[in-house]
Amino acid sequence: MLADKDRIFTNIYGMHDRTLKGAQARGHWDGTDKLIQKGRDWIVQEMKDSGLRGRGGAGFPTGLKWSFMPKESDGRPSYLVVNADESEPGTCKDREIMRHDPHTLVEGCLIASFAMNANACYIYIRGEYIREKEALQAAIDEAYDAGLVGKNAAGSGWDFEIYLHHGAGAYICGEETALLESLEGKKGMPRMKPPFPAGAGLYGCPTTVNNVESIAVVPTILRRGASWFSGFGRPNNAGTKLFAISGHVNNPCVVEEAMSISFEELIEKHCGGIRGGWDNLKAVIPGGSSVPCVRGEKMKDAIMDFDYLRNDLQSGLGTAAVIVMDQSTDIIKAIWRLSKFYKHESCGQCTPCREGTGWMMRVMDRLVRGEAEVEEIDMLLDVTKQVEGHTICALGDAAAWPIQGLIRNFRDEIEDRIAGKRIAAE
Amino acid sequence: MLRRLHSEQPDSFAFTPDNQAWAEAQITKYPEGRQASAIIPLLWRAQEQEGWLTRPAIEAVADMLDLAYIRALEVASFYFMFQLQPVGSVAHIQVCGTTSCMICGAEDLVAVCKDKIAPKAHQLSVDGKFSWEEVECLGSCANAPMAQIGKDYYEDLTAARMGEIIDELAAGTVPTPGPQNGRYASEPLSGLTSLKEFDSGHTKYNASVQLATDIGDTVKRIDGAEVPLLAPWGKANASADASNANEKPAAKVAKAKAKSKADAPVTKNKSKEKQKGTAVPAGTKPTLLSEARDGGADDLKLIKGVGPKLEGVLNGIGVFHYDQIAAWSDNEVAWADQNLVGFKGRVSRDNWVTQAQALARGEETEFSQRAKKDDIYKE
Repeated sequence: MLADKDRIFTNIYGMHDRTLKGAQARGHWDGTDKLIQKGRDWIVQEMKDSGLRGRGGAGFPTGLKWSFMPKESDGRPSYLVVNADESEPGTCKDREIMRHDPHTLVEGCLIASFAMNANACYIYIRGEYIREKEALQAAIDEAYDAGLVGKNAAGSGWDFEIYLHHGAGAYICGEETALLESLEGKKGMPRMKPPFPAGAGLYGCPTTVNNVESIAVVPTILRRGASWFSGFGRPNNAGTKLFAISGHVNNPCVVEEAMSISFEELIEKHCGGIRGGWDNLKAVIPGGSSVPCVRGEKMKDAIMDFDYLRNDLQSGLGTAAVIVMDQSTDIIKAIWRLSKFYKHESCGQCTPCREGTGWMMRVMDRLVRGEAEVEEIDMLLDVTKQVEGHTICALGDAAAWPIQGLIRNFRDEIEDRIAGKRIAAE
Repeated sequence: MLRRLHSEQPDSFAFTPDNQAWAEAQITKYPEGRQASAIIPLLWRAQEQEGWLTRPAIEAVADMLDLAYIRALEVASFYFMFQLQPVGSVAHIQVCGTTSCMICGAEDLVAVCKDKIAPKAHQLSVDGKFSWEEVECLGSCANAPMAQIGKDYYEDLTAARMGEIIDELAAGTVPTPGPQNGRYASEPLSGLTSLKEFDSGHTKYNASVQLATDIGDTVKRIDGAEVPLLAPWGKANASADASNANEKPAAKVAKAKAKSKADAPVTKNKSKEKQKGTAVPAGTKPTLLSEARDGGADDLKLIKGVGPKLEGVLNGIGVFHYDQIAAWSDNEVAWADQNLVGFKGRVSRDNWVTQAQALARGEETEFSQRAKKDDIYKE
């Protein structure tokens, strides 16, 4: 188990002093100016060496992403935009950072902005997080008061403005280009790529969009060194990670653990085990709603990291939002609810997604009730393949994968239900 | 989901003076000419003041931001947090119904709402005090099931507790938000498994609940005086902020605005730089050929973005081979972007140079493979 001294978010439950003073006592904002004075290239190289992969779901290497930003301005300003639009079902980790350990994020914003030659940073927080918005704004105000951000931020010589912006309840705004559209005051409809945000993002200027957790871990990584961070987890899956465990465990919680921890250890150590014991485990969605579910018996020995979950279980780590379902769960209905979610949240821009999500939900609805033909299972699978990869953004894929996971893992259950309905009717 | 403006609308809308000051301060967050960015925060403020988003409010915000009404209406109807019809006078209850909450009992909470408030979502209760809806994931999954009432999250709910909360609200008291089962935040219910030494001198409530109880505006229609207004950005030094702390919010904003003008802060410089940046660079003309080299021209159509028409244009100006395009510098790409009549900007948009480099080396790109396989340009 990860030792407390190796945890980055030491106030994740908010039980310690949440003010700037408390944050400083825990080691944040310590020598920030010195880190900045080591220069842009050093920071980006350290981030690359640390092996940090983006914490927003896709797992793209953060240091590499930063290196795409132009080194010299062509006259346009650069921006850092922090994606705090946490809405992936199952995910509730960034909320804890923003309300309880907000200074990790504010300090990370300063360092990351400097590394990308950006003098301004926008944090886009989801609209429903009203208290979190207030808590984060209070931390930003404190930092301004103390001269840690603003002109000559933290005495580093770098001018840095940080703004908090909020959305109004659209899941799609967690997609980076939709987020930029929304931040520009439009409907949150994803943009075609290229151009990528690093070339033309917010207001047509070079922009990098990073998840809250990716940015909030930066100061600690730089202070303690890339090799400290990369010492946790298997190669290519480095670091510590906030896991959010919900559903049928005895004690659902948010906890920071080392990457590549086994699922069993995660559940036993922190969640008090599966409700009703391990034999009662039916299915797990290991990385938020967008990744396929996995059968319970395959999960016990699973390693919680990007590569294992993708290569060995055809699922994914995503945002490390673990949804645990025991034998009492109607798994078909649980996935149907996700289909309903994606139908609700499709922005309507691309036809395969706009029409497909509704179509998939309606077929799922009949599968829940068993009022379908067995052939329709394959037809549904076929339609998910036609939606997947045929839309501007990944929402189409995200809507398709849970259904594919359901059919791959629980086809027998769907068929049984259809057969049961037949028998009942006869 | 079809979202339309309500059939009955009030005659007018105006921000309260404090909310007006707040709104004007928000606009200064964005570079000059980008005030449209402030639309969501302003519409939200209007809804917080009125309880729901009225047509006059949408139009007033559009006027403030110098936007066409349709742009504001588009935004108001796109985002689900905007309530386009009246909500309960005491509270609008939003029950999270997505999978994590559903498997933990959200359907029972919805049943309580149906029973106590109204059979259908968005319908007002008989006494007009409450309305409810099922919403998508609210991001508090480790504390499932939960509901948002007004500004606050009520977490770790049971059906019985949900009923009590509605009763208490109806009786005029506001129950303390946050976990309803004795938890502090999102730690394991049975006790801490980590960070045990970091439990020192904590406040009575977690950050969200503390703010809710301190400010006391969980279900209040706000007038803007609840939270002190700070607009610390764009100032020359941070200490000015502290000395202003006792001034009236409105005065502070005026000052902040005056300051931002006087100091010509970063945002202003940026917008000027931006204008310069958008001026199109002329670029340098690449070396062109008068005809294809021996062996004939390459099939430029294997570059994604080049069709028969564009291939003709390219041959016309003297481009016949992959290696020509592969060798283009940024400036030469800029020239080509500008000088392909009818196809401006295509070279950089479709990333021709990288594609041509691969093709010149004799490799395949994803597109060229597909183009060959499907023979897509065959007449």
